[in-house]
Amino acid sequence: MALVGIPVPAALKRKRRREALRTFAFLSPWLIGFSVFFAYPLISTVYFSFMKYDGFSAPTFNGLQNWSYVFNDYPSFWQGLRNTLWLVVVMVTLRVAFGLGIGLLITKVKTGAGIFRTLFYLPYLAPPVAATIAFAFLLNPGTGPVNAFLGDLGLPTPGWFNDPDWSKPALTMLAMWGIGDLMVIFMAALLDVPREQYEAAELDGAGPWQKFRFVTMPNISPIVLFAVVTGVIQTMQYYTQAIVAGKVASGVIGGSGQQFEPGYPNGSTWTLPQMVYNLGFQRFDTGSACVIALILFVISMAFTSLLLRRKSGLLASED
Amino acid sequence: MLSRRPSRLLAAVTGSAVLALLATACTGTNSTGGQDDSAAGKDVTITFWHGWSQDSETKAIEDNVAAFQKAHPNIHVKIVPHIEDEKSEQALRAGGADAPDVVSSFTTDNVGKFCSAKVWADLNPFLKKDGIDPAKTFPAAMLKYSQFQGNQCSLPLLGDAYGLYYNKTAFAAAGITAPPKTFSEFEAAVAKLTVAEGDGFKQLGFMPNYHGYETSIAHLLGQYGPSYFDGEGKSTIAADPKVAALLDWQKSLVGKLGGFEKLEKYRTGFGDEFSAKNPFHTGQVAMAMDGEWRTAALAEEKLPFEWATAPFPVPDDQAATYGRGYQTGTIIGIARGSQKQTAAWELVKYLTTNTDAVVSFANAIHNVPSTFEALNSPKLTPDPNFRTFIDIAKNPNSGTTPASLNGGAYQVSLQNLGFDYESGKQTDLKAGLAATAKEIDAAVNQAK
Repeated sequence: MALVGIPVPAALKRKRRREALRTFAFLSPWLIGFSVFFAYPLISTVYFSFMKYDGFSAPTFNGLQNWSYVFNDYPSFWQGLRNTLWLVVVMVTLRVAFGLGIGLLITKVKTGAGIFRTLFYLPYLAPPVAATIAFAFLLNPGTGPVNAFLGDLGLPTPGWFNDPDWSKPALTMLAMWGIGDLMVIFMAALLDVPREQYEAAELDGAGPWQKFRFVTMPNISPIVLFAVVTGVIQTMQYYTQAIVAGKVASGVIGGSGQQFEPGYPNGSTWTLPQMVYNLGFQRFDTGSACVIALILFVISMAFTSLLLRRKSGLLASED
Repeated sequence: MLSRRPSRLLAAVTGSAVLALLATACTGTNSTGGQDDSAAGKDVTITFWHGWSQDSETKAIEDNVAAFQKAHPNIHVKIVPHIEDEKSEQALRAGGADAPDVVSSFTTDNVGKFCSAKVWADLNPFLKKDGIDPAKTFPAAMLKYSQFQGNQCSLPLLGDAYGLYYNKTAFAAAGITAPPKTFSEFEAAVAKLTVAEGDGFKQLGFMPNYHGYETSIAHLLGQYGPSYFDGEGKSTIAADPKVAALLDWQKSLVGKLGGFEKLEKYRTGFGDEFSAKNPFHTGQVAMAMDGEWRTAALAEEKLPFEWATAPFPVPDDQAATYGRGYQTGTIIGIARGSQKQTAAWELVKYLTTNTDAVVSFANAIHNVPSTFEALNSPKLTPDPNFRTFIDIAKNPNSGTTPASLNGGAYQVSLQNLGFDYESGKQTDLKAGLAATAKEIDAAVNQAK
């Protein structure tokens, strides 16, 4: 209020306007990207979650009906949610632990490290569909070489993608096989840990575990956090491998009178992203698909916020 | 002052988004189709999207379209092959100049949505104008899967029929002289044809598990002739005793063959359905339920055994209906947004009702003709094994799965119950059927 009434010189006004325009000009790529690829889709998703919309006719408002349908009547919604959360917890944990373990091992290798790096990175380059089909072939309970080998050793031969108890572990194995991306990131982080900190720890009598716990981990913890957060977000969108594995293992090609059964076997690989596709593009129920998409968004945000808050708490206590 | 800029910015972004939303809210394919001047002899070019991809199939389509163009020199057809349903759906949603005028689809389950959302034009006025009586032109089952609640938004363009394939050599070895006609005879044949080996089988008479390729619950139910929905569109699977009868019969057969787990273990050793490793081709199963297309694959492969086809057996209490089978097929329709519907109808009419066109197409791609006249045409050149499926298509007791507002969702619900029941996860069939019917009704209501 104190500034009210004080005349601003015209030259200053022009300067401010020019600065504002320049600022917006620099910001515009981000603003456009944010609006087109985040704000608009998000607001649209919220909007359509309250609409009846089949993708063909004009949308009409139907209140909370889509939400009620998803939570109360949509088959296996809760099973799909549990499967997705199982994959988030188990798959992300094992991928991060395995990626870090492989990264640690390779940084210790004195000769032939390049060969090992290549060997572990190569599977990551395989297209997900091809990799999943290859795994379905290898893990075929009746004809696959893995069970033939296990059988020769007198070990139990699981049903893998054909057994509801083994289908998610089989998908986790597939995810760990393609660990190359995480391994490279961890290797770079591990090689960046200052050598002198290890030397100081050794002088203090630290063993391998203590060096890992008190030197390596504090140095690479931001990378671990990055791996966990991106892993959670990726796994919440887990779709391709689950649907391909289910389709190949079930042997059902789909078609009239022979519908493809999502989540084969027994709904054990049924995930939230598959529900978005099923509702939106197979049942033409865009409104309910938007509800699932929002649930995915909220869970992803909750996981990410929780992880980031825990991490900032840890950093604060370390400080 | 600093805090006001972000809020203005947010307001601007939100405002733009809301405007965009309002704009999209007004979209939707409400445009009505247009007539064109093709009837007056003016040149018109229409676009026809279809899903066939093999050389023999695309050539057969091209030949038929060439014959059409010869008869209609002013109508030019641009053919776009190998279009999957998802792509044509998106194009029909978007509309515009590049959208197709005529579309075919292999997924008859989507007819309910196509018709109710009026994405495909209602063909009833065209049929009436040209004096075509659908009931006298197309077999009942084929007509059923090409319409929804009286809206004939598509027409059948060749069909598929399901029957029994059997290994004649194995039949002879087991002392069976004729294909079974009833489920009792079928069970006896299955028992004779099943040869145990270790924990599994050297040869299985029949794979009853619902994942046994074409042995799906809907295909098997074709032998019972069930109802899926009542007049009000409510699920009847819990009320129709035929559904429970099939589920019980199948589970009983699974039990007689050693149980679900044993059969599943054997099933996972099967090769790909559409390859030479198909279990019927390899002799792993002696009888299989399959469509007419298998005759062409089997004839090409020169198998080390003799085989033949017959209608699939029927329940003992419906022995009089022997000869029936499940039917599905390809449908063809006109985009409602097309501005060249007069010319588009001429093409659809030719492809679906011209006997020579239907017969030549059926002969070329080994599918079942989709009109009565074509089914009885002397120009049809089926061998005895293919003749079985033509007879199934002609049989008035043959059935199909009806169109539903939300596609094939009701079939998935029923399938899931079947999987649960055959594996023992669901033991109370009555409760399972009631819950599944409720699930189907809720899904249909959601789609309304």
